[in-house]
Amino acid sequence: MEFNIHSIVFLIFSVITLGGGLGTVTSRNLIHGAVYLIVSLFGVAGLFILLSAPFLAAIQVLVYIGAIAILIIFAVMLTRSMTRMTEIYNRQWSLSLVVSALLFVLLLVGIILPVWGPGTANAALQPSELVATTVDLGVAFVDGNQFVLPFEVASLLLTAAMIGAIVIARDRD
Amino acid sequence: MQECIDIFNTFAGCLTASGADPGLAQFLSILLGVVLVAMGPLVIVIFLIWVERKYAARVQDRLGPNRVGPFGLLQTFADALKLITKEDITPAGADKLIYNLAPIISVVSVILIWAVVPISPLHIGADLSIGALYFVAVGSIGTLAIMMAGWSSNNKYALLGAFRVVAQLVSYEVPLVFSLLVPVMFAGTMSMQGIVEAQLGMWFIVFSPLAALIFFISTQAETGRAPFDLIEAESELVAGYNIEYSGMKFGLFFAGEFLHVFTNALIFAILFTGGWLGPFVYQVPALGIIYLFAKGSIFYLLSLHLRNTLPRIRIDQLMSFNWKFLVPVSIANLILVAFLWKVIQLIGLLPGPENASDFLAHLPAAIIMLVGNLALTVVVLQMLRNVGRRAVAANAVSTPANAELDDQPYSLPVPH
Amino acid sequence: MPTFDEFAPIGALLILSVVMVALITIISRLFGPYRPSLRKTAPYESGMKPIGPAVRRFPVRFYLIAVLFILFDIEVVFMLPWAVVFRQLGLFALIEMVIFIAILLVGYFYAWRKGALEWE
Repeated sequence: MEFNIHSIVFLIFSVITLGGGLGTVTSRNLIHGAVYLIVSLFGVAGLFILLSAPFLAAIQVLVYIGAIAILIIFAVMLTRSMTRMTEIYNRQWSLSLVVSALLFVLLLVGIILPVWGPGTANAALQPSELVATTVDLGVAFVDGNQFVLPFEVASLLLTAAMIGAIVIARDRD
Repeated sequence: MQECIDIFNTFAGCLTASGADPGLAQFLSILLGVVLVAMGPLVIVIFLIWVERKYAARVQDRLGPNRVGPFGLLQTFADALKLITKEDITPAGADKLIYNLAPIISVVSVILIWAVVPISPLHIGADLSIGALYFVAVGSIGTLAIMMAGWSSNNKYALLGAFRVVAQLVSYEVPLVFSLLVPVMFAGTMSMQGIVEAQLGMWFIVFSPLAALIFFISTQAETGRAPFDLIEAESELVAGYNIEYSGMKFGLFFAGEFLHVFTNALIFAILFTGGWLGPFVYQVPALGIIYLFAKGSIFYLLSLHLRNTLPRIRIDQLMSFNWKFLVPVSIANLILVAFLWKVIQLIGLLPGPENASDFLAHLPAAIIMLVGNLALTVVVLQMLRNVGRRAVAANAVSTPANAELDDQPYSLPVPH
Repeated sequence: MPTFDEFAPIGALLILSVVMVALITIISRLFGPYRPSLRKTAPYESGMKPIGPAVRRFPVRFYLIAVLFILFDIEVVFMLPWAVVFRQLGLFALIEMVIFIAILLVGYFYAWRKGALEWE
């Protein structure tokens, strides 16, 4: 792999993503954790641009930074004195470490190596040749041969989430 | 590589023609664009503050700034100088990093929008293929800045104000995006330049005035202008999320808000009234800047006038108005517009690319869309009237003693 | 990479504007006085001594509004690519989108009936 401006930018965004992720899990203050998470998500948006997926990058900013982060902060403020934690409540961190490591290996062995690994058909391709445009996406959503069923099911999922949130938040009536 | 016609429109081409390396010329032209896009808004905002103060003064029968410079034009420079030399107080217990970052993010989120504002057929910071989505995405970062400011100030009013504001901003983003879908659908692209060029034959405001109205109301709420100015509800929250900020940091929030209003007016002009389109704009691209700013200024002044003449609404009214009125109406409008558009396309009245600039070819389609929009408006107003009557009736039943005393038949319903 | 070149000016603009705005605040810090005192840095609470911590629990309705917002936001995300290609699609695509919206509207009217849209 040659060393060019793309590699430098990739390095910067990777550091932002990983550093933000590290800050999220190590921060004792939940709001600080949320801010680190935003930094990390911003890095992911940059990686999407490097992958020639500007639509996903904008969605990353709109939905994750603009909406999910707000939701997390609202959720933190619902809780009692969770903003200044002094001790670790989670006693299962060793177990979760094992689970995350297994998940990482699974992703690597199950998806990344067979699809993009050395010796596969996609290894030599540029990201821009793999990623479809917004137009392709729009056609795929409503094309009977492609993703129309998952598309409608997504709406069902959103409705279920909405009803679930209302049931949890307003359980007194 | 473009050739050199004149230095204003083909900067990179002229640099190459005068002997520079093409790559370097391209780089310099982009760099110049970036610097201009970053500096331009900050220069414009100085003028905007003067306009805003002068307009508010005239509405309230005052003179406004009139001492520093001709017509008080230099007043804002004096104010900026004053703000710079003011003490910058960080409250005790504040989260220093987040506290200092918040005003910066607030202003930068507005400046970033200017990157996709096409000011002429040739000039745009970056004609992104997802321009319209970029506008919404970057705008949502501003919400985050308010949240950060409110939380990090270690102040009850600031936090309460920030929570209210964020609830307001995220709520009004929903109708904003739904009405944004309408021009995207008409143009068939999210690129800002593409949306402007698609209006060559007919402005989108004619196709769907309802979407334009909803977009305008939503942007008014997004910038926290009256009647949606709960952001700075002086009487309840003292000043809201930026109460602890002083000196230039307060000035940045202030400037960011003013700039946001004007930026939204420009975006409205681009999405619905053809942006830089106007007579002879393709012969003299510089005219596009004048057209765009003239159109934007009209909507900016409309926004100013609303701000200075309307009272503030309550937060429950604000939320009901959004979730029970704007959101369903914007969804209904979107479905109606999509349906009519398809019908027009199927019966063959939709002008194709060969007569994209032909006004008359767009006329039948525009009339059908306009009538459809007006019909929906009438239906919505009728439903609104019924709801209002029922509320008045319910109010009269629940408070019979007051109803007898009340001579006015249309007293406003009082919530309990 | 075309997307990268398309976004490179945005990245430059982001860096430049952050630096510029940060400079403004730094200049203000350099030129202004800086003499913090206990009274001056106390959080403003209408002139009284602040009572209790500033960060306290907030009602659940804020959370509900945020959830509603996210769901509609995601819906719009699905609709944007559809809107871009709407001109090339047939009537079938319109019906599919109406079904998509209708399913979500079921949840919306449930929220309305349950009073989740009220701000009491």
